[in-house]
Amino acid sequence: MDRAETVIDIEHLKKSFGKNTILKDINLKINRGETIVTLGKSGTGKSVTLKCIVGLIKPDSGTVKVLGKNIPDLSYEELQYIRKKIGFVFQSGALYDSMSVRENLQFPLMRNTDLSKDDINKKVEEVLNDVGLSQAIDKMPSELSGGMKKRIGVARTIIMNPEIMLWDEPTTGLDPETTRDISHLIVRMQRKYKVSSIVVTHDMICAKIVANRIVVLKDGTYTDSGTYDELESSDDDFVRSFFEEVKEDENSDLTNYKSSDPEEKSLKK
Amino acid sequence: MFKNYLPKSVKEVFLETWGIFDFSMRFFREVFKPPYNLNEIIKQFFQIGNKSLGLVGITGFIIGFVLALQAIPTLQPFGATSLIPSMVGLGIILEIGPVITGLICAGKIGSSIGAELGSMKVTEQIDAMEVSASNPFNFLVISRVIATSLMIPLLIIYADAIALLGGYLAMNVVSDVSIGLYFTQVFDALDIGSLIGPVIKTFFFGFTIGIVGCYKGYNADKGTESVGVAANSSVVISSLMVIIWDMIAVQITNIIL
Repeated sequence: MDRAETVIDIEHLKKSFGKNTILKDINLKINRGETIVTLGKSGTGKSVTLKCIVGLIKPDSGTVKVLGKNIPDLSYEELQYIRKKIGFVFQSGALYDSMSVRENLQFPLMRNTDLSKDDINKKVEEVLNDVGLSQAIDKMPSELSGGMKKRIGVARTIIMNPEIMLWDEPTTGLDPETTRDISHLIVRMQRKYKVSSIVVTHDMICAKIVANRIVVLKDGTYTDSGTYDELESSDDDFVRSFFEEVKEDENSDLTNYKSSDPEEKSLKK
Repeated sequence: MFKNYLPKSVKEVFLETWGIFDFSMRFFREVFKPPYNLNEIIKQFFQIGNKSLGLVGITGFIIGFVLALQAIPTLQPFGATSLIPSMVGLGIILEIGPVITGLICAGKIGSSIGAELGSMKVTEQIDAMEVSASNPFNFLVISRVIATSLMIPLLIIYADAIALLGGYLAMNVVSDVSIGLYFTQVFDALDIGSLIGPVIKTFFFGFTIGIVGCYKGYNADKGTESVGVAANSSVVISSLMVIIWDMIAVQITNIIL
């Protein structure tokens, strides 16, 4: 497999809502297997960029090529075909609250594949095991905690074996322990399913754990790009401000977490 | 352009009307496309039908009872109490039964659909279905509109039957009428031709309540306030549409007959 194959290629993306221009000139390339973390203040358009990639929001101009197809040019049927290869993890988990966990996980497979009921049930059990929530299979979303909902949201996404994962603030609103668990879950999914990912987050603990590369969004465009260590020593005050919080926690061992899970250990670099 | 001279509220009415029309056209374009959600349609049938039986039944009974009770002192001085079953039957089956039940269903079912889909929109559940290529319109809207279009006519027939029974009991409060004679007089006043209009309009009522509820919920804005707005405007618009459809149906029936 070509390691440098580009799976997402965004050029000169622009998006306004009324008179408010959110994205001015977004340019971003993501290679197969790569995990990019997007940093930026609230309301700068990080989630809008993700929604443009998956076709939920139509850009004003520019190209958004996913697996070689320009999303804004696709018909609804073509877009549905591409969407089967993209997983989108919502901030809230977005579980269907009238369905149990089992039904939530069965739903995309029953709608999009010809798998038998037995095969679907096997896949449901497999992905629930992957996210460590096998015991929650018959629970309703209202019975789950915030972290569990996010894990089930991840399971519902990976059950379709996507080539690309888009994570919209996967750790927002969670305590540091659960943040660490979700971040390691992202790494595990990354390694096991070989997906390319964009992770939108403000959380530097999560960024440090999951990122191959970090890009910084400011004033509607990406201003900086580099590894965690490169950006941590950046001269730019705006970029450094994201790292200040995590420096204070450096002795708290959260960012230096070593998993006790042997599978997780073997998956880490 | 002429649209620039229209007051904002008038423009909003036109935009809303166009939005509902466009949403309805999408329904007709997609209703015959797979996948077919038989289980979801049956589930919605149960939700809409079974859970409305009590309310619709009580309302129907009271309407029939009160209508007959009001008619007795009016017609008794003329010695025309024997006309009451025919009057009650015609009034309920042609007009009052469908319209009152339609309005009750607009309140109960329209608000429920608007709030449910509005809540799903606000919590990104509809977006989650969309991005997983599961076509939420096909799953959520088509199943609900089919269910309301078929179940509301059945609820109206059920309400009519209970209302006629209510009328019979009211007549027995003041005089002794056999149930056989009562229903013979009711159905003597009706012919098959006069029943076609009321039956057809109930399908329009059901379709309208379903499509308006789905439209308002599916297009809810962000924020929890939008759920309330979606539920409330579903009731207001579908109630108004029920009255408008009724007026149109009466005019068409009068022209044809």
